[in-house]
Amino acid sequence: MCVVLGMGWAVLALAQATLLADGLTGGGGLAGLRPVLVPLALVVAARAAIAWAQDVTAHRAAASAKSELRERLLTHVVRLGPGWLTGERSGALATLATKGIDALEGYFARYLPQLVLAIIVPVVVLARVLPADLIAGVTILVTLPLIPLFMVLIGLGTAEASRRQFRYLEKLSHHFLDVVVGLATLRVFGRARAQTQTIAAVTDQYRRLTMRTLRLAFVSGLVLELLATLSVALVAVGIGLRLVDGSLDLRTAFLVLILAPEAYLPLRTLGSHYHASAEGLAAAAEVFAVVERPPPRRGVETAIPASATITLDRVSVRYADRDTLGLADFSLTLAPGEVVALTGPSGVGKSTVLAVLLGFVTPASGSVRIGTQHLSDVDIEVWRQSIAWLPQAPRLVAGSVGDNIRLGRPDASDIAVREVANSFVDELPDGLDTIVGDDGRGVSAGQRQRIALARAFLRGAPVLLLDEPTANLDADAEARAVAAIRRAAAGRTVLLVAHRPAVLALADRVIVLEAPGPPRHSDDAALAAT
Amino acid sequence: MSPAMHQRPKGTIWRLLATARPVLPRLVLATLAGALAAACGIGLMATAAWLLSRAAQHPPVLALGVAVVAVRGFGLFRGFARYAERLGGHDAALRVLGILRSQSYAGLVKQVPGAAISRGDTLQRFASDVDSGQDILVRVLLPYAAALLAGCGAVVLVAALLPAGGVTLAAMLVVVCFAAPAAQQALARRAQVRTAPLRAEMMSQTVELLHALPDLTAYGAARGRLDRLEDVDRRLRAAHARTSTGVGVGNAVVVLAGGACVWGALALGASAVATGRLDEVTLAVVVLTPLAVLDVVAGLPEAASTFTVARQALLRVHAIADHPDPTPDRAVPEPLPTGPYHLRVENVTARWVHHGPPALAGLSLDLPPGRRIAVVGPSGCGKTTLACLLVRFLDPVAGRISLNGLDLRDLAGDDVRRVVSLMDEQVHCFDTTIEGNLRVGRRDATESELWGALRQARLAEWVSGLPLGLRTLVGEHGSRLSGGQRRRLALARVLLADTPVLVLDEPTEHLDDDTAAALTADLLAAASDRTVVLITHRGFGLSDVDEVVRLTAE
Repeated sequence: MCVVLGMGWAVLALAQATLLADGLTGGGGLAGLRPVLVPLALVVAARAAIAWAQDVTAHRAAASAKSELRERLLTHVVRLGPGWLTGERSGALATLATKGIDALEGYFARYLPQLVLAIIVPVVVLARVLPADLIAGVTILVTLPLIPLFMVLIGLGTAEASRRQFRYLEKLSHHFLDVVVGLATLRVFGRARAQTQTIAAVTDQYRRLTMRTLRLAFVSGLVLELLATLSVALVAVGIGLRLVDGSLDLRTAFLVLILAPEAYLPLRTLGSHYHASAEGLAAAAEVFAVVERPPPRRGVETAIPASATITLDRVSVRYADRDTLGLADFSLTLAPGEVVALTGPSGVGKSTVLAVLLGFVTPASGSVRIGTQHLSDVDIEVWRQSIAWLPQAPRLVAGSVGDNIRLGRPDASDIAVREVANSFVDELPDGLDTIVGDDGRGVSAGQRQRIALARAFLRGAPVLLLDEPTANLDADAEARAVAAIRRAAAGRTVLLVAHRPAVLALADRVIVLEAPGPPRHSDDAALAAT
Repeated sequence: MSPAMHQRPKGTIWRLLATARPVLPRLVLATLAGALAAACGIGLMATAAWLLSRAAQHPPVLALGVAVVAVRGFGLFRGFARYAERLGGHDAALRVLGILRSQSYAGLVKQVPGAAISRGDTLQRFASDVDSGQDILVRVLLPYAAALLAGCGAVVLVAALLPAGGVTLAAMLVVVCFAAPAAQQALARRAQVRTAPLRAEMMSQTVELLHALPDLTAYGAARGRLDRLEDVDRRLRAAHARTSTGVGVGNAVVVLAGGACVWGALALGASAVATGRLDEVTLAVVVLTPLAVLDVVAGLPEAASTFTVARQALLRVHAIADHPDPTPDRAVPEPLPTGPYHLRVENVTARWVHHGPPALAGLSLDLPPGRRIAVVGPSGCGKTTLACLLVRFLDPVAGRISLNGLDLRDLAGDDVRRVVSLMDEQVHCFDTTIEGNLRVGRRDATESELWGALRQARLAEWVSGLPLGLRTLVGEHGSRLSGGQRRRLALARVLLADTPVLVLDEPTEHLDDDTAAALTADLLAAASDRTVVLITHRGFGLSDVDEVVRLTAE
C-alpha cells in the first residue's frame, strides 16, 4: 500500500513538473494555457489526496505494528514468568510496554514511509530526466548515492565518540532528576539552596559536552544539505549553459530544474526524521531482547497425583544478579497432610523455597519431585492448579474485593466467598463490592493481607504455601487468621514461612534455615518458637 | 487538560523568551542563519528560473555570469548556513535550559513536599517537563522565525515582479504556517478525546499485568489478563482507525495550498505576460519561487504539533513556579535560640490545600528536651502532616508551634531544620557513594565521624566488609541496597546531622516484621538523649517511649 502510494506520488510529481514546464513555455495568455491549467489543478488535488492517504495508512500501520509488538512482548513476559520478572524489572518493562513502544510511532508513521519515498521517487525522477537530458541525469545519478554513502561513513567515524558522549550526557541529565526527586531530603538537611549553583554548573557542563557531540553529529546534516543543494545548483547552471548554445530546449530545461530538487527532497526529509525514529528503534531493540529470550523449559506431563509427597533434594538456586546463592543445598520432604513451617533470618531463601515449588525459579542443581514425578517434567500450569499461594507482598488487581478473592476461582458463589472471607468484609464500606484501586489503592495493608488469605483459601487447592500469613495484622486479626489457617489446613499439605510464635505453633514441624550451610532440622515446634 | 491551560498561549512563549533574555543575541543570530539557509534555497530556485529563461534567448554567456555565480553560491552556502543555525540554536537553547533548570528548581525548593507535588513521579515529570523549554526553542520558535523571515522576503521579491503573485504567495504562507496547523490540532484533539480513555485503560492494565504477575501466574489468571488486554487493544485500534482520517489533513492542506499557489502564479503570470505587465523572462521566477518557499515551510505543521505538547509541559512548570511559598520566612527572622530546645505544639490545625479540609485539627504536644513520644493512628489522621509541621515544611493555620517560646514562623525555616531533623518513609538515597549520601547530612564530617554514625546505625560492619567501603555506589534510589540497609543509611545520615530533635515518620514502612522491629530498636537506641517523635502505624517500639499519642482520622 505504502509502495503504491509512493509510486503515485512520484508519478504525479512528474506530471506536475511536465505541466509546469509546458505552462512556462506555452505562451499565448490564459486562453492558450487552458490545456495546462485544468490538468494541473487535477494533479494538485490528486497529490493532496495521496499525501492524506499516505498519512492515514502510515498511522494505521503504526498502530497495528505497535499493538502487535506490545502483544508479543507481554505474551512472552507472561511465558518467561515471575522468576524472570523481578520487581525492579517490572517497572522498567511497564515503561517499555507503554511509553517505549509509543515512541515507535515516529519510526513507523514517519521514517518508514519516508524511506519508501526516498527509494521510489529518485528512481522515477531519474527515469524521466535521463532520457530528457543525459548530462543532468548523470549528475543526479552520481551525486544521489553519495549522500547515504557519506552519511554512513560519517556515522561510522563518529559513532564511538558520540556513543560515549551520549552515555555521559545521560548521566548528567540523571543528576538533575536525582536532585529533584530527593529535594525533600536535601531541604531537611539545609542543602537544597546550595544545589541551585550545582545545577547551573552541571547544566553548563552538559551544554558544552552536548555541543561537542552535536558539532560532529550535525556534520552529516551539513553534507546532506551541501550535496543536495549543490547538485541542484550544478544541474541548473549546466542546463542554463546548454540552453545558450542551443543544445537543449527551454521546456526540457524547466522540466529538469523542477524535477532535480524533487529527487533529493525525500532523502533530506528522511534525514530529519532519522533522529525522531532513533528513540523508537532503541525501544524496539529492547523489546526484541526480551522476546528473543528463551522461555523456561516446560514439562508436558498433566497427570499429577492430587496428594503426593513433595520432595526437595539438595536444591540450590542461583539468582543471576546476585553473588550469593538464593538457596543452598536445601532438602525437604513434605508428606501429604503435613503442616511444615520454615523460619530463619531474612535472606536465607525461605521465600525462594516457595518460588521453587511454584515453578517460578528453576533450581541450579538438585531435584524437586511430586510423588515420583520430577517437577521439570510436569506441565507447570496444571501443577499450579493444585497450589494456593499467599505471597509475602500480595498484589491486588483493580476491581472489587470479591473479584480479588475469586482470582483463582472466578465462578465461586458469593456464599463461598463470604465463607472464606470471614468477618472482615462486613467492615468494608460496600462489603464484597468495595472497589479496590490500581495496585490495591484504598485498601489498608491489613485488609490487603486478609483479602489475599481469603483468595488462597477459596482456591481450594490441596497444597497451601503461605508466606508470613499474619504480616501487617494486629493481635486480634492474627488470632482469627491463625484459626482460619488451622481450619484450612485440615486435609491439606501446608508449607508456612513464619516468625511469629502463634503461626509457628500451627506447624507439625519447624525447619530453621540458616545462612550459610545446610539447614538444621527440628521436630520440636515449641523450642524453635521461643 | 484544563480550560485554563488553553488560555493565553502567547504567555508561555513570552515567558520563555523573558527567561532566555541573556542569550537573546545568540538566538537572533541562529534565527538569521536559519533564515539565510532558507533564503539560499529560495534564491537558488528564483535565480535558476531567471537564468534558464534568459539563456533561452541565447545571450552572450557573459550576460549570465552573475546569475551563474549566484546559483552556485546559493547551492554552496545553504548547507553551511543551516549548520550554523542548528549549532547556534542548540547552543542557545541549552544555555536557556540551564537558566530554566536553576529557576524552576529555585521555585520548586519551597514547594516540596507540598500539596502541588507530593509523589516521586510528579517530580520525575517535572524534571522532564523543564527540558521541553529547549524543544520549544529549537524545534518550534527557531524554524518558524527563520521560515517566516525567508518567506516574507520571497513575498516581497515576487510582489515586486507581480503584485497579485505576491498576494497568492502570502496567502499560502498564512495557510501553511497557521491555518493547517490549527486544523490539524483541532482534529488531533478530537481524536485524542476518543482514544484517551482506551489508552489509559491499556496503560493501567499493562502495568497491573506486569506488577501482579506472580499472583496472576500462581492463580492461573495471567492468560485471562492477556486476553482482556488484547480486547482493549482491539478497541483501541478500531478507535485509531476511525480517527486516523483526520490525522493526514494537515499535510494534505499543505500540499493543496502549495499547488494552488503555483497554479495561481502560473495563471496570473501568463495573463500578465499576455498584457505586457510582466516580462517573459521573469514569468518563471514568479511561478517557481513558490515551489521553493513550500519546501522551506512544509515542516512547520509538525513543529506546531511539537509546540502543543511542549507547551503543556512548560505550563506545568510555570504553574509550580507560580505557587506561593507555603512557609514564607519573615524579612528579618529571629535568630535561632541556643539549646537545650523545648518544642511545643499548641492546639495546632493545619491544611495542605487552601480552604481544603484540615489534615490535622487541634493537636497539642509538649516535647521538653530528651522526651520521646510515639504518635500512632490510622492512615489519613495527619501523622505525616505533623512531621511536616515540626520541620516547618508547612505552617499551621491555627494555633502555633514554638521552640523555646519562639513561634516557628518567626524563625527561618532552614534554622528550624538545624534543630529538628526528619527521617521519613520516602527517604531518598542519592545515586552516589555511601559517603556522598552520608555527607548530605553534614558536609564537613570527618572520616571517623562517618564511621561513628554508621556504627550507631549498625551499618559499619557491613560497609567495612564491602570491597569499596565508603566509596561503594548505592545505585539509583539506593537500588543496590536492601530496604533495611536503605533506612539504616538514612538513619546514619540523620544522626550525622546531629540535631537535638529527631522526627521519624514511618521509618519502617515496607519492611518485614523482623527487620522493622530490629530497626526500630536500633533507631531509639541510636537517638540516645535526643528528643524523639516516632510516627508509626505499626506496633514496634511503643514500649520504649515515654508517651504514646493516638491520633484519630477526622
